Amino acid sequence: MTAGHYQYWIVAVLMMTGLYVVISKGNMIKKIIGLNLFQVSVILLYVSMGKVEGGTAPIVAEGFEVYSNPVPHVLMLTAIVVGVATTALALSFVVRIHEAYGTVEEDEVLAMEDDSTGSDA
Amino acid sequence: MTRHVILRALAKLLIPCIMLFALYVQFHGDYGPGGGFQAGVIFAASIILYALIFGLDEARRAFPPRAVELGVAAGVLLYGGTGVASMLSGANFLDYTALAHDPVHGQHYGILLVELGVGITVTAVMVTLFYQFAGRRRVE
Amino acid sequence: MNAAQLPALQIVIPLLAAPVCVALRQPRVAWLTAVVATWSSLAVAVVLLQHVLATGEAVSYHLGGHAPPHGIELRVDALNAFVLLIVTGISAVVVSASRKSLSEELSEKQHYLYFAATLLCMTGLLGMTVTADAFNVFVFLEISSLSAYSLISMGRSRRALTAAYQYLVMGTLGGTFILLGIGLLYMATGSLNMADLAVRLQGMEANRTVQTALAFLVLGASIKLALFPLHVWLPNAYAFAPAMVTALLAATATKVAFYVLVRFLFGVFGTDFAFDAMHLDRVLMPLALAAMFSASIVAVFQRDLRRMLAFSSVAQIGYMVLGLSFASELGLAGGIVHLFNHAVVKSSLFLVMAAVAIGVGSTQIEDLRGIGRRMPWCMGAFVVGGLSLIGVPLTVGFVSKWILVRAALEAGLWPVAVLILLSSLLAVVYVWRVVEVAWFEAPAEDAPQVRRPPAGVVCAAWTLAAAALVFGVFTDATAGVALRAARMLMEVSS
Repeated sequence: MTAGHYQYWIVAVLMMTGLYVVISKGNMIKKIIGLNLFQVSVILLYVSMGKVEGGTAPIVAEGFEVYSNPVPHVLMLTAIVVGVATTALALSFVVRIHEAYGTVEEDEVLAMEDDSTGSDA
Repeated sequence: MTRHVILRALAKLLIPCIMLFALYVQFHGDYGPGGGFQAGVIFAASIILYALIFGLDEARRAFPPRAVELGVAAGVLLYGGTGVASMLSGANFLDYTALAHDPVHGQHYGILLVELGVGITVTAVMVTLFYQFAGRRRVE
Repeated sequence: MNAAQLPALQIVIPLLAAPVCVALRQPRVAWLTAVVATWSSLAVAVVLLQHVLATGEAVSYHLGGHAPPHGIELRVDALNAFVLLIVTGISAVVVSASRKSLSEELSEKQHYLYFAATLLCMTGLLGMTVTADAFNVFVFLEISSLSAYSLISMGRSRRALTAAYQYLVMGTLGGTFILLGIGLLYMATGSLNMADLAVRLQGMEANRTVQTALAFLVLGASIKLALFPLHVWLPNAYAFAPAMVTALLAATATKVAFYVLVRFLFGVFGTDFAFDAMHLDRVLMPLALAAMFSASIVAVFQRDLRRMLAFSSVAQIGYMVLGLSFASELGLAGGIVHLFNHAVVKSSLFLVMAAVAIGVGSTQIEDLRGIGRRMPWCMGAFVVGGLSLIGVPLTVGFVSKWILVRAALEAGLWPVAVLILLSSLLAVVYVWRVVEVAWFEAPAEDAPQVRRPPAGVVCAAWTLAAAALVFGVFTDATAGVALRAARMLMEVSS
């Protein structure tokens, strides 16, 4: 059972690693890396479910009868684009946070916000 | 950046090839793997390579940010415009069969235009991202 | 082009108006484009709702001419036509009002970006509402969320950036959970069309893949709709975004997420599976009650008007989820009416807050002393909105809470009915705090001169406040439609 579904183990381990990084790390860049890992694990799950045993790439050609399911791959193309956009936006926030606060460590930023509550609200 | 002769010479050789390859991926997308997303990223990569070798200012002169921003809008408009054109000709949104007399031709034109729109927008977005991040001054 | 094209227009109009804003760039032209686009979307939504109510049937639209279940289908029935109306209506009012007040917080050069992002956000929200394809929900969700993050980051204070970043991290986690849930559903059934999914799931033995899919979908949607205790992103995001953005997002983003949750639970999984087999109500009901109380109590102790309203939003979301968790026709209808109530009222209150921020230059409650007599129109709208938030008769808030209480009694849960009334008392407390300061305290001696807020903002606030009154009296339009929508959903899911 474990050997037949090894891709689920990879997905689960990657996903929990990503989630753990997002939750535990205070560095904003590291959080984004964790977020990416998390998204990639889901993308892997989709791609692996499209595989048909013995199937080839889904391009119609002579001599091939069995093709992999292309739908999950197409869906994941969109999800990858979403991931890229999210990462770019997150990084741009981090750049601007660094300009505004001089740090990308979450606890340092929080400490600065506590000092200035009210004044810049 | 007057030094790095090898880099500059190689870049001048490579960049047109990358752009050509992008166009191939773009227009061969009807028949094989490829399409707007991939082509757009490859095309943007050539522009970014140009900026890395010859400097951001040179790249901005060759591909002005305002034009790139217009590209972002133009691509989406081309995509949506194709859909609206098919609506105006009586079919559903993005149903290309109505775009030409022959449904097969219609499908062909439709996917070509839509993918071109995607390609333009992806190129423009990637270049804009690069400009924005690279153009940011470093604060200490 | 005929009436059958309307569902697609709902997405196409704002989608195409956004690049036009970017291409034209002039602040005034961009604003005009956005105004035209939002009002025409509203017109489309009105026609759609009328059509659906008149014929009693859903409008189905095959995107690209490909028939479902393989093609992507847009499907408008009584429920999402109602949600479409709310989203387009609020957007139209808020966008129209935002020309002048926006200049307070954003340089003119950035206006076109604001309008483009607003239109894209609207595209995403309308797309999520109108589509019948599960994967489309994820794509449109991300479109609306990404533009919402960038809109929030446009706030004046640097804390807007950290708020947007925090929202992005939480929101992406939520979106990815939804994606995972949809993937598991696809794995189990091989379909992405919601109606087709429902049919295939019904004929299926209970299996763990579907159970996991339900768990991930509910979790993801709960993050997106800010269900307690997953609401931590909301108060800061609402408090530090530009005021107009808050007025828009508070009324639409969480509401559409709630709609998505309703659609998946009742339109895909069905009540038998979600509530009778998986006992989702045992999770959702306590969380909803906790949201109603804890967030209201926190709101009572806020010193800043914006944060107070934001926490009140979390509490109101609790009412909606409570209605859903009864899993009955009446409960669902109560949730839907409360969705309408909260969207209209909270948007109105945040518009008042925007006007106050311009007029007084602060949103701290202690700075609002005596403001009622100096900005009577503004604070008048606040009083009306506050009454509806509490649920006083003749406002739409009363209608929704009345239905919710009846649903609780019908389910034999009279303690829940008592809790609904008790938590409304907390709303009295926090609304009264502001009203007392604004109307019954004398202004401070050294209070600076009050600036006249832009008339557009006050007009918009009153338009929405008036809607809360009108629909509180003519309940057919809200409770009637909501009951029909709820009945339709319960029929589908049983």
